[in-house]
Amino acid sequence: MKGSVLDAEGIRKSVARIAHEIVERNRNNGRLCVVGIRTRGDHLARRLAKILQEITGSPVPVGALDITLYRDDLSRLEASPVVHATEIPFDVSGCRIIVVDDVLFTGRTVRAAMDALADLGRPEAVELAVLVDRGHRELPIKPDYVGKNLPTAKEDLVQVRLTESDGLDEVVIEARAA
Amino acid sequence: MTHWTRKDLLGLEELTKEELELLLQQAEAFKEVSLRPIKKVPALRGRTVALCFLEPSTRTRASFELAAKRLSADILSFQGASSSIVKGESVLDTARNIEAMRVDVLVLRHNTSGVAAAVARGVRCSVVNAGDGSHEHPTQGLVDLYTIREKKGRIEGLNVVIVGDILHSRVARSDLWGLTKMGAKVTLCGPPTLVPIVMENLGARISYRLEEALEGADVVIALRLQLERQQEQYIPSFREYTRLYGIDRAKLERAKPDLIVMHPGPVNRGLELSPEVADGPQSVILDQVTNGIAVRMAALYLVSGAHQGQATELPEPSPQGVRA
Repeated sequence: MKGSVLDAEGIRKSVARIAHEIVERNRNNGRLCVVGIRTRGDHLARRLAKILQEITGSPVPVGALDITLYRDDLSRLEASPVVHATEIPFDVSGCRIIVVDDVLFTGRTVRAAMDALADLGRPEAVELAVLVDRGHRELPIKPDYVGKNLPTAKEDLVQVRLTESDGLDEVVIEARAA
Repeated sequence: MTHWTRKDLLGLEELTKEELELLLQQAEAFKEVSLRPIKKVPALRGRTVALCFLEPSTRTRASFELAAKRLSADILSFQGASSSIVKGESVLDTARNIEAMRVDVLVLRHNTSGVAAAVARGVRCSVVNAGDGSHEHPTQGLVDLYTIREKKGRIEGLNVVIVGDILHSRVARSDLWGLTKMGAKVTLCGPPTLVPIVMENLGARISYRLEEALEGADVVIALRLQLERQQEQYIPSFREYTRLYGIDRAKLERAKPDLIVMHPGPVNRGLELSPEVADGPQSVILDQVTNGIAVRMAALYLVSGAHQGQATELPEPSPQGVRA
């Protein structure tokens, strides 16, 4: 079974709303930077930064974080997953960083991202923005900005497709036969 | 994207172009780690890497050691003179003993061709060949590929000259395998006694005149004359070698202005490279050293992920093993 969660317009609106919430909460709050978790969080981060820039009128630095080397299941995998470059072209120390990912699920990716950020410097604060929160956390992690809360079964597959990597914008849920 | 499935990295000969691409692409991702203030990632936390250098080496060992440390692995270091090899233990026995201490990756250098492959067949842990006799030195070959691509933007279609003692050079062999697979045109150059004509069969052009070889070349890799191996038997004199095959400014004048000069180190200054070339603007020798760490991080990361659940040939009992 398959169902649509967000269409292109839904994604656009969610990202725009998150941007406004970020600005609201971080008014007069220091240097704002956006860091996306590769690969789809990276695309969303770029979109978010663009809107933030339009709202605030000042440039918002964007970076991309690859968390592969910080995964907690590396020693349990059959083959080493491919590592992509981390590209954060600014000093994270003293920044207010918005970490962006497409789907928040177990929270393990976000845990890895926070460890990776800590190795790059000492941000003033880190907040988390996700397009979809599908629940089933395995770690004490809570998003600050959510595009859509989506109740799911643990076996369900939530797929985010973005124009930059997949040719179209949509979020779909695929229920797996138990 | 292909995944890495090999337990070991023994040479570039057996790798596909896709595997070479994967190694280079992973090295690219790892290069950034060494530019951070905190030069460490937790990828190999809890793993142990044994550095077993049964032949003298400073730079390769240091490079592997830093690569392993920047991946958070623990390191065990063996060197020829202080190990039981001098007491007559076979290399395979040594390797099995190291493995029995639950080591995950064994980095091995040995002066005999084929030792790394023989050891890899006899142990379950991953083996990375850090140079075996005159056979292969895969990570140096990868460093050269990586550095060429970094400086030139590509490898395919480039003219690469390797000059010097091709006969004894494992770097030349790894370079030749890697470069030809990636689509470069390779010319081997040196005195006839040191350039085996049979290597034409591996897809290289042979030249005995450096000036001629350098015409139209994009890259020249000078090899070290291994003075400790008494190579004067192969050449009339070092002075003649330098006159004919040493790279100096005069010889470079006729080459392309954007030719890059490489050397696996350590350089015999004034012998294969004149000091003004070794330190000149065309030299990328220190970039090779820097890139060595990223390339070795990629190699250690990929092999240590692949060895789990991978079937290994059972060790065959051999009465004498492989002697050091």
